[in-house]
Amino acid sequence: MTLLTLICRGPTAALHGADRRDGDEGGKHMARQLNPKARYTPGVIPYKQMGYWEPDYDVKDTDVVAVFRITPQAGVDPEEAAAAVAGESSTATWTVVWTDRLTNCELYRAKAFQVDPVPGNPEQFFAFIAYDLELFEPGSIANLTASIIGNVFGFKAVKALRLEDMRFPVAYLKTFSGPPTGIVVERERLDKFGRPLLGATTKPKLGLSGRNYGRVVYEALRGGLDFVKDDENINSQSFMHWRDRFLYCMEAVNRASAATGEVKGHYLNVTAGTMEQMYERAEFAKELGSVIVMIDLVVGYTAIQSMANWCRRNDMILHLHRAGHGTYTRQKSHGVAFRVIAKWMRMAGVDHIHAGTVVGKLEGDPHMIKGIYDTCREIRTPRNLETGLFFDQDWASLNKVMPVASGGIHAGQMHQLLTYLGDDTVLQFGGGTIGHPRGIAAGAQANRVALEAMVLARNEGRDIWHEGPAILDQAARWCTPLRQALEVWKDITFDYASTDTPDFVVQETVSA
Amino acid sequence: MHITQGQFSFLPALTDEQIKRQVKWALDHEWAVSVEYTDDPHPRNTYWEMHGHPMFDLRDPAGVMEEITACRLAFPSHYIRVMAFDSSEGWETPRMSFIVNRPDHEPGFRVERQEGPGRSLRYTVRSYAVERPEGQRY
Repeated sequence: MTLLTLICRGPTAALHGADRRDGDEGGKHMARQLNPKARYTPGVIPYKQMGYWEPDYDVKDTDVVAVFRITPQAGVDPEEAAAAVAGESSTATWTVVWTDRLTNCELYRAKAFQVDPVPGNPEQFFAFIAYDLELFEPGSIANLTASIIGNVFGFKAVKALRLEDMRFPVAYLKTFSGPPTGIVVERERLDKFGRPLLGATTKPKLGLSGRNYGRVVYEALRGGLDFVKDDENINSQSFMHWRDRFLYCMEAVNRASAATGEVKGHYLNVTAGTMEQMYERAEFAKELGSVIVMIDLVVGYTAIQSMANWCRRNDMILHLHRAGHGTYTRQKSHGVAFRVIAKWMRMAGVDHIHAGTVVGKLEGDPHMIKGIYDTCREIRTPRNLETGLFFDQDWASLNKVMPVASGGIHAGQMHQLLTYLGDDTVLQFGGGTIGHPRGIAAGAQANRVALEAMVLARNEGRDIWHEGPAILDQAARWCTPLRQALEVWKDITFDYASTDTPDFVVQETVSA
Repeated sequence: MHITQGQFSFLPALTDEQIKRQVKWALDHEWAVSVEYTDDPHPRNTYWEMHGHPMFDLRDPAGVMEEITACRLAFPSHYIRVMAFDSSEGWETPRMSFIVNRPDHEPGFRVERQEGPGRSLRYTVRSYAVERPEGQRY
């Protein structure tokens, strides 16, 4: 009989304090514990001996836990590197300071408690580090990140460093308000149930006047989309002042709503140079009756939390474009994994977040995308190394975030999108709507028909993964715009290897 | 015009057999199905009239089909929708909503604009049909 066993050990054992104490009380433990006089003699001692490496530490339910992928410099012991990361992301400086002794310093020190080799990569290690709850200000992503990714990523003793995942105690999550609207209330407000929402980003993203821009919005919404979206770099340039854009877009939204009898929306991007300008733009969007506003990730964590508060006060859905994230999320050796950004954003409080498409033009391994979508949408996410989730996480009733799939997707992939991403997502077909040979409304109609036909078929119990193309062809027989869309884009795929993939090994073992 | 509320309004009107399969999907998920009707299909009219309570204890799609048929007989020219309510943790909200009956003629809506300072506009979407009293609209 063949069994499949995960050999990446993961943190579960450690989190429950099991299996590390036996047989290890000797060397490591003794080397770690200097007597107080030796420990505080001025000079430089290894981080391990300063109290940042505690392999027998019993992780508390109230600890924040982080797992880093560490690539130590040549000759640096992985445990020392882990201790250094723990030290530099909590209380340490490079040398001994006597003022530690004025504090309850053991409490404030982060503790690296486990180091595992990364399967298939002898240079890298996963280091698990626990931080006491006391270290963090309630309800502040800025404070959290200033610790966890503040100084440590430039630290010389590690060649590269990546924050892979975090676990947050429920008590800490309860200090955050989370998404102002959430998936459930968003759907109730929009009166849209039982299918993914459909969107598109206005193209070209730069250069259209307000009047021309609103035309794209109107055609797409009238044709069948639920939302149209400003792109991340549409703010207030010379070709289109923000007030002009807001006015024309809301004319388009209301006209389309009357033409279809549906609630429609346009994500008005309120990103600006200062908070005062962002509030001014958001207030104007509210006055005009918009159901949703949008910000870019580059506005910063504090601005995002402020906008979340504003949205909560004003019954507004908050869309987040993850502009800039690829600079630090994509490469596996260094940066912050996007699943961590998604966790922070669920805490900071956004209602929508771009989270990958699997099949489109942007980075996205199917397993990793599932881990990110689960992080956005589930009430509890169990540890699952295959999807990149290192920890059990209870989301403490924070609202769910609607993941947005955007970038190089089209109607011909509908069965794949529905299978991979499920119902609670916004599928955004920008080029796949506006690039339709018969116009924007026809493109929108093609997407909506493809979507509804696929949901109908799935609910009827059909195997859409295999029958998907046939289901689309059948709908295309009575829906000319869908037929045209399938003809134009039928062979378009973006089949490149992903860079951000899970690192665990499925090992075949034979048992009796 | 053709009101496109609900999850299947872009498809040809569903046959009873198709409706039954969707009801089965809902019941298989242990969602409670309900039938609602209105002659005021404004996009923000949340509360359509309930044709009885959600059928919490009914597990047979045929029973739901009987309710739909009864509602159609009573209100042949109204909008009728089927909804499925999920009472599970983290949801507690409708999970499905689709139209199963609509009037032959749908006059639709107009946009009214109230001009304000700074070129700003206040919009109202108004239904043509609702100008007549309830029950006489379609």
